[in-house]
Order: sequence, then structure tokens, then C-alpha cells
Amino acid sequence: MSIFGLAGRAVLSSAAGIGRAALLVRSVFFWSFKAKIEWRQAFIQAVRIGVDSLAVTMLTSFFTGMVLALQAGSTTKNLFNEPIYIGILVGFSMVKELGPVLTAIVVSGRAGAAIAAELGTMCVTEQIDALYTLGTNPARYLVIPRYIACLAMLPILTVFADFSGILGGFLVSVTRLDVPSTTYRQDILTFMTTSDFMHGFSKSFLFAFMIATVCCFKGLSTRGGAEGVGRTTTGAVVLCMVLTLVLDYFATAILVSLGI
Amino acid sequence: MIEISGLRKNFGPKQVLRGIDIAIAEGKTLCVVGGSGSGKSTFIKCIIRLLHPDGGAIKVDGQDITHMEDEYALAAVRRKFGYLFQEGALFDSISVWENVAFGLRYLSDEPPSRYREIAKQKLALVGLDNVCDLRPSELSGGMKKRVALARAIAAEPRYILYDEPTSGLDPIMSDIINDLILHLKRKLAVTSIVITHDMKSAFKIADEVAMLYEGNFIARCAPEEFRKSDNPFVHQFVEGSGEGPIKMKIRDLE
Repeated sequence: MSIFGLAGRAVLSSAAGIGRAALLVRSVFFWSFKAKIEWRQAFIQAVRIGVDSLAVTMLTSFFTGMVLALQAGSTTKNLFNEPIYIGILVGFSMVKELGPVLTAIVVSGRAGAAIAAELGTMCVTEQIDALYTLGTNPARYLVIPRYIACLAMLPILTVFADFSGILGGFLVSVTRLDVPSTTYRQDILTFMTTSDFMHGFSKSFLFAFMIATVCCFKGLSTRGGAEGVGRTTTGAVVLCMVLTLVLDYFATAILVSLGI
Repeated sequence: MIEISGLRKNFGPKQVLRGIDIAIAEGKTLCVVGGSGSGKSTFIKCIIRLLHPDGGAIKVDGQDITHMEDEYALAAVRRKFGYLFQEGALFDSISVWENVAFGLRYLSDEPPSRYREIAKQKLALVGLDNVCDLRPSELSGGMKKRVALARAIAAEPRYILYDEPTSGLDPIMSDIINDLILHLKRKLAVTSIVITHDMKSAFKIADEVAMLYEGNFIARCAPEEFRKSDNPFVHQFVEGSGEGPIKMKIRDLE
């Protein structure tokens, strides 16, 4: 097959995938209004996605905040002879960008992989077919609870990540860079507004929606036994991570143009 | 009654079912036999509309379900069916009794307070006690099949579709499953379609045996007649012989 044929096939297959994912989203909306929500399942998923990811999210953000403070400190020391604006730099970076993005990446790798692998295994062991024969469907029983859990937990995790990162930055600023703790605190409290917080917070909903869609769709499209489940899981995580960064740019562009 | 006429199903260019015509009378058990990949599972998945047929008609109790798209209408039709999956397809994340009671919430009007009791009854019917709170991963192959059978009959369906109920089981457990199928038939007066390539099982449980070959039924008759059939394809299958007109798979391998 020629290179054009291969490229054409890849484009067609991607377009078909996007179309099927859109159908999944449509059925999520349809069943959200048509049938009773499986709150028990949503709660179980919320615990898996939220509570179980909390420690790793906070740890990642904490060290990122520490690194940011170190880098900011050494740069401003070179430029101005003393470490200044550390609080502003760490605070803005964490709250507007790194908090939501890091959380989305950690959740993709941890909970997203689990969602894709679980649904993928259910697919190849006919458990998805069994749902239909038992009077329900995967959108209702599996997908909607995972959407609810992602949409509820990712913003909460993002808030924890924000605080954890700022705390990490604070620790390094005070102990390594000798910045007075009041200066660090004042930097943040004086220059940061609710709108800055909302900027990052609103992006976390977008990432949650994307992670739930990608991982559920990939999981439910699994074919080919254990190898297929492995492929699905890797594909879902990689796609989530790439889309997190791509969507982050477009979301930031839109939010900035809206003045948020 | 299930009536099927001209049923066709393709996967890409491959024609799996090529115009199947068959009717299954109330209370009867039809065993569908045929080699691996002959379309047996596709056939029953079309009947319960897990697969969308490409042509023909499927009628359940006179209602044409071939092109039914409405999820609620399809759920109402599926309410009449129990389906035993080849590997059981039990949900790993919930306990045995929750698996058995799973369909009650969607397929029956029973109050949730009775779910556990009903699950226990159905498990007893398939000869299982004291497994209610175990996880499916803690069960043996035969027990999984029986739990799956209990789940299939929990909402008291009128039709049961069995996808290779004895595959992967030892001969004694296979016979126990066969007896269970017969027992359920007598006790619940259900109509059954059993997909199998276990001829011993087919002869024991079937009212009629039909053989699927290259997308069509090439024989359909009572078990005794089937056993003595002079159709060379049927004869080869019953004998389990490598010599005969069914050579396609071997040729594929070569």
C-alpha cells in the first residue's frame, strides 16, 4: 500500500474512532436523563479515582512546588541578587497550570489506566454482553458512574495539588532560600485572585471529562484478549496525557481571551 | 416461539450466517452443533440482538425484533431471555449472590429486600450452597458455569440460550450440567437453544439437533436420527473424524 493509502487509512480510522467516542458521549447524556443513576457504583469509583489517587497527586505536586521554588530562587538571585517573587511564581504556576495538569496526568496514569483495563477485560470476557442480557447497558452501569466520579474528584484533587505545591514551594523558600514566611504568604495573598484559581479549577473539569471519555471509550473498544487489554490501557494513558497538554493550550487560550 | 427466516450476518467480507431458516417450538430444546468458527455463537447473539443481523427476520412470540433499535423495547424482549455465556461472564467485582441477583433489578419487579433470598434459591437449584459471599475468582470452572446458569434463570426467563455450557469441563461436571439443563427444562418449562460441539451432551439434552455448516443448517432432526444420519458432513461430525468432507480448517492450516 502506498504512503497515501496508509495515511488515508489512519485518518479514516481516527475519524471513525472520534465518531464512536461521540456516540458514547451521546449515550452517556441520554441515559443520564432517562434512567436512574447508579450512585453506588459512582461512589465506589469516586473512592478509587479520588481517595486512592490523593497521596500520589499531593506528593507529585509537593515536589513540583519545591522544584519551582528552587528554580525561581536561583534565577531571581542571579538577576536581582536576591530571591524575590517566589510565592507569586510558585502560586501562579501551580494554581493556573501545574495543579490541574499534573493532577490530570497522575489520574490518567493511575485511575485512567485502571478504568481502561477493567472495561477492556470486561469486554474480552463477554461481561459487557452480559450487561445487555441482564437488562442494562455499559453506558448506564459502567460509564456514567465513572464520568460522575471523574468530574467530582478531579477538581477536588486539583485543589489539593494546588495547596500541596504551594506548601512545597513555601518549605523550600523558607528553609533553603531564606525568604521570610510572611513574604511568601503575602506574595500569594496580594497578587493572586479568585479568578486565577478559577482559571485552573475550571480546566480540571475539562480534563475530567476527557479522561472519562478516552478511558471508557478505549476500554469498551477492546478486542483480542490479554494483549488487547494491554494495548488498550497503554493507548488510553498515552492519549490522555497528550490530550491533557493539547487541551490545556486551547483551554488556556479561551480562558485568557475571556479574561479569566 | 422463536421464528427465524433468512437470517444473514457478515463480518466484513466474511459471510458467517447465510440465510438461516428455523423455528423453535415452545418448551423444546434445540441443540446447534458445528465446528469452531461455524457461526454458532453468532447465531444466538443475533437472536438476543447482541449482534445486529444484516438480513432476514427474527420473531420472538410473533414480534419482529430484527431491526428494533429502541433500547427500552429491546430490554423488554431481552427480559424473556436468559443467556449462559461460554466462560460464564460473571462480574468479578461483585460477590456470587450479587451476580445472580444482578438482573433482578432491571428485569423483574421484585423488591430489593428479596434479591438475596432469590439468589440463594437459584443457587440451590443449580446445586450450590454456601457460595453466596464468595467472589467469582474463588470458584472452580464448573461452579462458575453453575453460578452463571443461576444468574441466567434468576429472572425466570421463558427462553434460555446456552453458549457451549459444557466446554472446558471434565466429563462428570459436563454430565451434571446436562442434568441441570434437563432439570430446568422440566421445572421451568423453558424453551432452550444450546450451542455445543459436545455430541454426548447434544444427544442427552436435545429434542432436536441442527448442524450449522458454512452459514446454514445442513441437517435438523431428532437426536437418534441425527446419530444415524447418512449425510457425510453430519456423519463425520458425529464420529469426530478428521477424514471426510469437512476439511476447510485443515486446508487453512496447511
